[in-house]
Amino acid sequence: MQILIPVIILGVLGLVFGALLGVAAKALKVEKDERIEEVLELLPGANCGGCGYAGCSALAEAIVKGEAEPTKCPGTKKENVDKIADILGIVVQEKEKMVAKVLCSGTCDKAAAKYEYEGITDCVAAQRFGGGEKSCSFGCTGYGSCVSVCRFDAIHIENGVAVVDDEKCVGCGMCAAICPKSVIDMIPAKQRVFVLCKSKDKGAVLKDICSAGCIGCKLCEKNCPNSAICVTDNLAAIDYSKCSNCGICVEKCPKKVISIR
Amino acid sequence: MSLFIELVLLSLSTILVNNFVLVKFLGICPFLGVSKKVSTALGMSLAVTFVMTVASACTYLVQAFLLEPFGIEYMQTVAFILVIAVLVQFVEMVIQKFSPALYNALGIYLPLITTNCAVLGVALLNVQEGYDFIHSVVFGFSGGLSFMLGIVLFAGVRERLETADIPKALQGFPIALITAGLIAMAFLGFSGMKF
Repeated sequence: MQILIPVIILGVLGLVFGALLGVAAKALKVEKDERIEEVLELLPGANCGGCGYAGCSALAEAIVKGEAEPTKCPGTKKENVDKIADILGIVVQEKEKMVAKVLCSGTCDKAAAKYEYEGITDCVAAQRFGGGEKSCSFGCTGYGSCVSVCRFDAIHIENGVAVVDDEKCVGCGMCAAICPKSVIDMIPAKQRVFVLCKSKDKGAVLKDICSAGCIGCKLCEKNCPNSAICVTDNLAAIDYSKCSNCGICVEKCPKKVISIR
Repeated sequence: MSLFIELVLLSLSTILVNNFVLVKFLGICPFLGVSKKVSTALGMSLAVTFVMTVASACTYLVQAFLLEPFGIEYMQTVAFILVIAVLVQFVEMVIQKFSPALYNALGIYLPLITTNCAVLGVALLNVQEGYDFIHSVVFGFSGGLSFMLGIVLFAGVRERLETADIPKALQGFPIALITAGLIAMAFLGFSGMKF
């Protein structure tokens, strides 16, 4: 009979607690909007953070609440954006697709090195040692901070310079944000001509440190039929809204720093 | 000695001299598991402190009004585990309902606490030391604070270890264990102080 006391007491204790939890679960139930789950299904699920929210589920919540546009995530496919709009019963305005582009052509063979860097393989760390290994203070450091933040495997280091895979890039902008040199720009996907240099050094200075830099000769500016190129601070810059991708500048550039894809 | 001074001394000696993690070696699993970042360590230890305080109070009541009158103190462990598990579940529900922000901050850590031995430890130690209700609650609260002190210190060191140049054989977990040992040894210095 002695054994019955603990059995009964613990059994009753368990039953009471179980009943309490059951009642509490019903009374304290949190209503969750089912549409959040549905929207989440349609987002890429990479949790890259490019939208500025903590992850895809946070963005899904914001979209359902109406705080964010369904087009906020550049990685979402067109048909999925339409489906999200259907779920929420709203009309979305189309947003131009952007891709990242590394505006530097100073590969290891073209850009001179100041010293040999042997620290952590991270651009931000390398940047702290006199602005990085390369003599050019504007170019790609080449230690792949952008590679590590890309959730879509769309950017890689090739011969000391980061290169974006246009097919894979969804335009989230994480690489452009992390780059300590700001050498990565977000450019409309339909743009085909680029100035692959960010150096604002004078031509005479630049010639000594990189054989692939823009020297600011203004040949492109003079020859552009749409006046879409303007040289400021010794660097040619294309106005993407005016450029017709004709490719004349590509032919005229003496340093072959303007390229067409 | 007035009750207040007694309670202050109790909590001081719990936090420093008899630190739960570094001297009593309770709650080692979360101590090693969630100490990679100071922010997560802080979140975890806040949740632990909260649960330990409430658990001390609840287990005291169960001990005093259920186990002792029926003479079944030997069922302590089972009963306390039951109480703690229910408590954690209940607290999680309440927080989710009334404070979504706090839930997002503590949410993922709360279920982990159910099996945290520091929480069960504090309940059993309360009985062992023969503390009354108010002493139990203070002991539970300062036990939580001592857990926080240990894990946040440790997380701070681990954050720095991330970028340190560590011999290959010691990288990762081995260096974490060595660090934990060194911090525990430093805390041994407090046991020279008597309160």
